[in-house]
Amino acid sequence: MEEFMEKLPAMDLMRSERMSFVQFIIPVESAHRAVSYLGELGLVQFRDLNAEKSPFQRTFVSQVKRCGEMLRKLRFFRDQVGKAGVKSPENPVVQPDVLLEQLEIQLAEHERELIEMNSNSEHLRQSYNELLEFKMVLQEAGSFLFSGKNHPVAEERELDETAYSNDYVETASLLEKEMRPGTSEQSGLNYITGIICQTKVLIFERMLFRATRGNMLFNQAPANEGIMDPVTSEMVEKVVFMVYFSGEQARKKIKKICEAFGVNCYPVPDDITKQRQMTREVVSRLSELEATLDVGISHRNSALSSISLHLPKWTDLVRREKAVYDTLNMLNFDVTKKCLVGEGWCPTFAKAKIQEVLQRATYDSNSQVGIIFHTMDAVDSPPTFFRTNKFTNAYQEIVDAYGVGRYQEANPAVYTVVTFPFLFAVMFGDWGHGICLLLGALVLIARESKLGNKKLGSFMEMLFGGRYILLLMSLFSIYCGLIYNEFFSVPFHIFGRSAYKCRDTTCSDAYSVGLIKYRDPYPFGVDPSWRGSRSELPFLNSLKMKMSILLGVAQMNLGIILSYFNARYFESSLDIRYQFVPQIIFLNSLFGYLSLLIIIKWCTGSQADLYHVMIYMFLSPTDNLGENQLFWGQRPLQILLLLLALIAVPWMLFPKPFILKRLHIERFQGRTYGVLGISEMDVEAEPDSARAQQHHEDFNFSEVFVHQMIHSIEFVLGAVSNTASYLRLWALSLAHSELSTVFYEKVLLLAWGYDNVIIRLVGLAVFAFATAFILLMMETLSAFLHALRLHWVEFQNKFYHGDGYKFKPFSFALLNDDDE
Amino acid sequence: MYGFEALTFNIHGGYLEAIVRGHRASLLTAADYNNLCQCETLDDIKMHLSATEYGPYLQNEPSPLHTTTIVEKCTLKLVDEYKQMLCQATEPLSTFLEYITYGHMIDNVVLIVTGTLHERDVQELLEKCHPLGMFDSIATLAVAQNMRELYRLVLVDTPLAPYFSECITSEDLDDMNIEIMRNTLYKAYLEDFYRFCQKLGGATAEIMSDLLAFEADRRAVNITINSIGTELTRDDRKKLYSNFGLLYPYGHEELAVSEDIDQVRGVMEKYPPYQSIFSKLSYGESQMLDKAFYEEEVKRLCLAFEQQFHYGVFFAYMRLREQEIRNLMWISECVAQNQKSRVHDSVVFIF
Repeated sequence: MEEFMEKLPAMDLMRSERMSFVQFIIPVESAHRAVSYLGELGLVQFRDLNAEKSPFQRTFVSQVKRCGEMLRKLRFFRDQVGKAGVKSPENPVVQPDVLLEQLEIQLAEHERELIEMNSNSEHLRQSYNELLEFKMVLQEAGSFLFSGKNHPVAEERELDETAYSNDYVETASLLEKEMRPGTSEQSGLNYITGIICQTKVLIFERMLFRATRGNMLFNQAPANEGIMDPVTSEMVEKVVFMVYFSGEQARKKIKKICEAFGVNCYPVPDDITKQRQMTREVVSRLSELEATLDVGISHRNSALSSISLHLPKWTDLVRREKAVYDTLNMLNFDVTKKCLVGEGWCPTFAKAKIQEVLQRATYDSNSQVGIIFHTMDAVDSPPTFFRTNKFTNAYQEIVDAYGVGRYQEANPAVYTVVTFPFLFAVMFGDWGHGICLLLGALVLIARESKLGNKKLGSFMEMLFGGRYILLLMSLFSIYCGLIYNEFFSVPFHIFGRSAYKCRDTTCSDAYSVGLIKYRDPYPFGVDPSWRGSRSELPFLNSLKMKMSILLGVAQMNLGIILSYFNARYFESSLDIRYQFVPQIIFLNSLFGYLSLLIIIKWCTGSQADLYHVMIYMFLSPTDNLGENQLFWGQRPLQILLLLLALIAVPWMLFPKPFILKRLHIERFQGRTYGVLGISEMDVEAEPDSARAQQHHEDFNFSEVFVHQMIHSIEFVLGAVSNTASYLRLWALSLAHSELSTVFYEKVLLLAWGYDNVIIRLVGLAVFAFATAFILLMMETLSAFLHALRLHWVEFQNKFYHGDGYKFKPFSFALLNDDDE
Repeated sequence: MYGFEALTFNIHGGYLEAIVRGHRASLLTAADYNNLCQCETLDDIKMHLSATEYGPYLQNEPSPLHTTTIVEKCTLKLVDEYKQMLCQATEPLSTFLEYITYGHMIDNVVLIVTGTLHERDVQELLEKCHPLGMFDSIATLAVAQNMRELYRLVLVDTPLAPYFSECITSEDLDDMNIEIMRNTLYKAYLEDFYRFCQKLGGATAEIMSDLLAFEADRRAVNITINSIGTELTRDDRKKLYSNFGLLYPYGHEELAVSEDIDQVRGVMEKYPPYQSIFSKLSYGESQMLDKAFYEEEVKRLCLAFEQQFHYGVFFAYMRLREQEIRNLMWISECVAQNQKSRVHDSVVFIF
């Protein structure tokens, strides 16, 4: 037996990879290259040897800062590229590698150039906006003025033309916000025109009203086009306004208010010819500016598109460099300051590869001294690392979501690959729904390469990540559906003809009396004729309930057996003798026996009442079983099993803590002082090394005993409650089939009964929606969650500790875009 | 109904209380401050802060940093958090949250008015305003010539309007007037806030009245010290003290007649809670008084988190964050001006 076990081929997923604690002593000149090669390999997890130092006290902080700065620039570029809407090419051109230093200079140049261009275009945009605003003001204000021709104060527009007689273009005043002292002082009624953001208009008007004590007239009209804010490049809705007022005092106040609100005021002559002339000029200058602006934008876009060509590569390079320096910061200098000393974990199989990579690094950097790489022993528990593929990864994730396995303990993911979809399918058995799921899973898998590169929404991400789980779930659902003979609750005669027929031709008493058998049983699964008949529910319930118990007992037994393999692997005979053996005896003498009874009952077709048998096994084990006897010698066997179960409880409770206590006392033989720290060995250890950490264990008997007591109680109670918990398989399966029956019979068939197209269509739509959302989505989720629970709680609590930590190698491939 | 908040508080306030307690967990700790105090340049500070909650706000700042940028970004974070909480809040929590900002509003009003008096550019002044105390027509403050106009034009729209009833005069604005206006407004604000909290009742009233009383007493002491040797009369001085707090009313009588710092000290030492503050100071010293008060305040604010189901945590969190930003500003200034020996002078550790 032992030999056979040893000869089994190594299965990667059964236990996590063997890990080695390794030390690197790297000469300074080849350190960077060595670390970046290791990053490409991605199989070493470095330990932080400078944990007590703050980030800016570390050795390579300046390089990290430089990389951070470059990343900032790259983010700025990406931002700009995104804003300008330049499309980045699908596959960026391959170009020779650039050095970090060159790249830094290049980036700085590009940034300066971009900022300059931006400020230029912003400037241009500003003046363009002003002109545009002016144009709008002219148009709108013109209409105010001329609609106000018959205004009672029309004659007040006796304007001092001379104020406008000097050509305003010469004074370039159209770019100034200053309001000209245009209107005549003696006329008493003046006006100011300007443009203001729509959101501020109300407050502005109110403020003007208050400041002038109501002695003003406020005219407004929305501008006919939005204006682009040069800073945020968003379109802003603006409103052209015109205020009439009188008096110099009021003018000052209004001007101040305008200033405070950031309002742009523009002078408008109220002579129509002047106005036309001005408009013409403004329009011509606008078109000029527009041309300049367009040239600038196209120039900038071309610069940006050339940047965007290189952007992914640059970002990748800088990210890698930053990661390398971050890793280098985790290393320590040795005493001579010529070497860097690093420690870390790597999978044992990768040591040869690492050695080779390190040699290459030494060679490539023309270093005189090689890199020393050797294995050390560590006190810390090694990280847990599984080599998964895209198929097993999702299942490993299910297990890891509960807890990352302890180093080298039995990995439940191996069994989860089959048991999880199977238990799901027991609850979701319907081959019609299964086919729908299968199609979905196949679509996801077929578009795997496409979807894998995209950023998906959180929901899609979840679906996509679980596509292989979905695939197996749907396949098992089809299988279970065929056994249950469920297809949207429509009976199908796939595997031959039914063994039953109605008593008469009308078939009216199928539900009340039942059917009669007239030929051999239906070859596979549940007989389709039973649907809707009297025997349907009693039969299905009995089948599913018993099946749930069988599946549950089998899975729990698997869990306990795995605890045996764990104990054997970690060479703890104590756990085998005082935990595994009583546990397996206890479970099987109660529920294993029940399973046996179920199987015998199925095989013999006996009418015995299993509830009765199980209950009276406890209440009065010596009584005669009577008609419930299933096989010869059942009573003595029951008494034996009961006794075994009763013995098993103290067996798993008492011996272990007492033996542990004895071992502890033997180890120290009553000495009051403990073992000396192995200080000689630690002389050359690095300050933060994993070796230097010492575990000092105190043996506390009461604590150990209470712990054991909790475990035993949990197991004994758990054996009952967990078995009962597996009945959820039956409950959910029943709920699923009943729900689909309701939707099929009470919606679809009911609607079909009417001879009306509309009612039929509505019925069909309701049926389709209910199927898609309730049966396919909600039920999938609920069955998924219940299967998850059965694995996490009922299965894994038998053996799985799940208190390890994940292996997180330093790898360029894993550098994600977390800073975006 | 005091003691029964646990039944109903979480219906409306539970989510936000959880949020604010989460925010509180991200306040910088003594270890963070120790690290920050060791920084050599502002870039080091940025690097250290990038590992904290401030990270996302600072990461896109180009490298020659300024103290103002750091402070601005840190404040931005506070404002974002505040706005988020305000959006989620329902009555009366939203009113409570709004009350917290009125103090900043008063400061901003005073800042703008003083600035315009000294003919500064309005835009420049606006940049200096605390973003929590902004209101729509704040820029228009520059238009006003005297208190009456100030009120009639601008402040009548703001929540500060009721506080103004005491200080409407037609006098022209000058520095003294403005300072009196600030203190009168503050007094009215604190009293109103106090009344509001009393109206809320329960643990909120209890905790907030303690915190606000401390605030009122501190202001009373500061007013007294600042007005020593000015032309402010004793009656005027007394009018500026808030009508609640530990010192009210007998302490106020004595403070009003105090003529130097040692007299103030004599008054304050009669009150046990303040005895410890003043016992730390040597005689005749008032520079360290601010720090001592801040330390005491931080202690009290932290205590507010020890009890659940009340609004005091929001007030306490905002105040603590502001203190943290003051600390960061001081550290950054010290680092920027190479005055690292003075870095511990004004930093108040929160935890």
